[in-house]
Amino acid sequence: MALLQISEPGQSPKPHQRKLAVGIDLGTTNSLVAAVRSGSPETLADEQGHHMLPSVVHYQTGGVRVGLEAKQQAAEDPENTIISVKRMMGRGLHDIRQQGNYSPYRFVDTDGMPNLLTCTGEINPVQVSAEILKVLIARGKASLDGDLVGAVITVPAYFDDAQRQATKDAARLAGIHVLRLLNEPTAAAVAYGLDQRQDGVIAVYDLGGGTFDISILRLSKGVFEVLATGGDSALGGDDFDHCIAEWIMLQAGLKAEALSTSEQRSLLSIACKAKEALTNSNEVEVNFLNWSGLLQREECDDLFRPLIQKTLRAVKRALRDADLNVNEVDEVVMVGGSTRVPAVRHAVSTLLNREPLISIDPDRVVALGAAIQADVLAGNKRSDDMLLLDVIPLSLGLETMGGLMEKVIHRNTTIPIARAQEFTTYKDGQTAMSIHVLQGERELVEHNRSLARFVLSGIPPMVAGAAKVRVTFQVDADGLLSVNAQELSTGIESTVEVKPSYGLSDELISSMLQDSYQHAQDDADQRNLKEQQVEAERLLEAITSALAEDGHLLATEERLHVDREVAQLQQLAEGEDADAIKQAIEQTAKITDEFAARRMNAAVSKALSGHSIVDFDTEEQQ
Amino acid sequence: MAITMTTAAINHISQQIASRGKGVGIRLGVKTTGCSGLAYVLEFVDDAAPEDKLFEQGGVQLYVDPKSLVYLDGTELDFVKEGLNEGFKFNNPNVKGECGCGESFSI
Repeated sequence: MALLQISEPGQSPKPHQRKLAVGIDLGTTNSLVAAVRSGSPETLADEQGHHMLPSVVHYQTGGVRVGLEAKQQAAEDPENTIISVKRMMGRGLHDIRQQGNYSPYRFVDTDGMPNLLTCTGEINPVQVSAEILKVLIARGKASLDGDLVGAVITVPAYFDDAQRQATKDAARLAGIHVLRLLNEPTAAAVAYGLDQRQDGVIAVYDLGGGTFDISILRLSKGVFEVLATGGDSALGGDDFDHCIAEWIMLQAGLKAEALSTSEQRSLLSIACKAKEALTNSNEVEVNFLNWSGLLQREECDDLFRPLIQKTLRAVKRALRDADLNVNEVDEVVMVGGSTRVPAVRHAVSTLLNREPLISIDPDRVVALGAAIQADVLAGNKRSDDMLLLDVIPLSLGLETMGGLMEKVIHRNTTIPIARAQEFTTYKDGQTAMSIHVLQGERELVEHNRSLARFVLSGIPPMVAGAAKVRVTFQVDADGLLSVNAQELSTGIESTVEVKPSYGLSDELISSMLQDSYQHAQDDADQRNLKEQQVEAERLLEAITSALAEDGHLLATEERLHVDREVAQLQQLAEGEDADAIKQAIEQTAKITDEFAARRMNAAVSKALSGHSIVDFDTEEQQ
Repeated sequence: MAITMTTAAINHISQQIASRGKGVGIRLGVKTTGCSGLAYVLEFVDDAAPEDKLFEQGGVQLYVDPKSLVYLDGTELDFVKEGLNEGFKFNNPNVKGECGCGESFSI
């Protein structure tokens, strides 16, 4: 018979209506799957009792191996053993080459996609991630004894659209419905029940095996905003192990070059064990080859200090970006196995002036939060219980004349959301409009990330400014974007869904927000200049076409005067003095006022010819 | 009239109540539903009803309403692992038929 779980009072599911869902922490080094059983979330283990699945995939002619088995192949068969695939998700080959630490792989450039050549053929990062997800999903199904309605998968807060889309594609490939992509720090906060409060600022300090992330969240009325993110994609628990390993070599008078590969590996594992032992005791005995000695906690703390200071600097920077001081942080959540190191906890609590939350296993807290959210989204709780909303991490917008970014949806807007804005044509008789979708906080197009381009064609020829094109941005609950453009008089439309595009390096993403603060003044100046230039061009365009049509209305001398002004404006518009351009625009407009008035009179008398004033008077009276 | 629990069930229930952080015990019951007529209810109890029958074993309070008790008399509640799956199992001597998946039963 089916095995039952304990339900909340009055909420026993009807037979055959149990909705099973899992939360997945798809990590760089390790992944986890969790589910809510008998009302509390727990991570699910495999047959051997292991909860963590190393995020490693080994390709061989006989098939694919994932996890511990695959990890053991890393040394012998590095080309076919893919580790840290998360770093490649939604990235172009160019970005990955810049990261520089994937030397063992043979990359194949397929339209900029970083495909990997293994003995089973070409594979892409999405497929590799899908293999990891398949194992976790199978474990979830076996543990819960039934089909899953879906999964909540966590992603770093700084993941952009392309990286989120790639994660979602991996889930589709693995055959699981994605209930929601959830930011990792948000998931950790949910695991601690912080979403049940009304407001507060939460700092999530995530020191994993190979990456460090700091996220500053603000919770207001059940909505988590990401105020700032930061970190170091190449700093984690492994670096702590290296510190101890170097200490051992120094004490034992050994040189790294003199050690064989297997000796080096065993040295690292001894270092890791010593680190773990020092979590609960003040000294540990270390034995390596013929050497043995004692490592004191204090001595070890000294070894770790430079690494910890590095993380603290990132925390301070993130707080500065969020425009907060340390006393405005209400809660600190610790995530990642390395936050067990007492020196790390101590340093964080000293800096932020409060005790961090550590009661939930830091390795599992993200997966547990995802499981809680999955349980709600699957419909197993009363809907008023928790409605967790997320926000878009970076503003979305499009390119307007002059290479400026016009923001349509601002960052930290809660999702799902749809927002429309009307745009018009810039030139007479313009029949197509190129829509360039951008993400980022900066004013100029070139400083933001290009997400997609598409063309709306078939606009009927009209005078500049007469066509109305409505551009609608829609972001679904997972933070994925689709953009629709419609010309309102004819109804013709064109839509693009933002698919993974590539071209942004790791550091660029995390520094994008920071840049926008640092360059705020420059950006504002540049925007001002571009706006004046566009205005000048618009005016020149209008005068040129008016002169071509009604130039005869001006006397020769008047015409010369106008031409002089136009030439001067043209020259200034090419320069960089926004104020001068503005003055020239005003002057040119003033000088051509008289010309515009004459054109108007000419047009009116043309329209009136054949009618007497009386005709119009009568019409008015009717 | 009695309902019993195995040691595995007692241990798991104590653990679940502790991690939930509140509740006086668990409730066993049946409700009419499902493809074979009746289905089991297994819930945490925050407030016992006055008519509830109480069974206590190994420190775990087990509540059953009198109507359900008719269908559950003699049942042993067990906690088992089947592969990766784990959960509670009702060994109910009154059951005459079960639906394929065992989520509902008839007497």
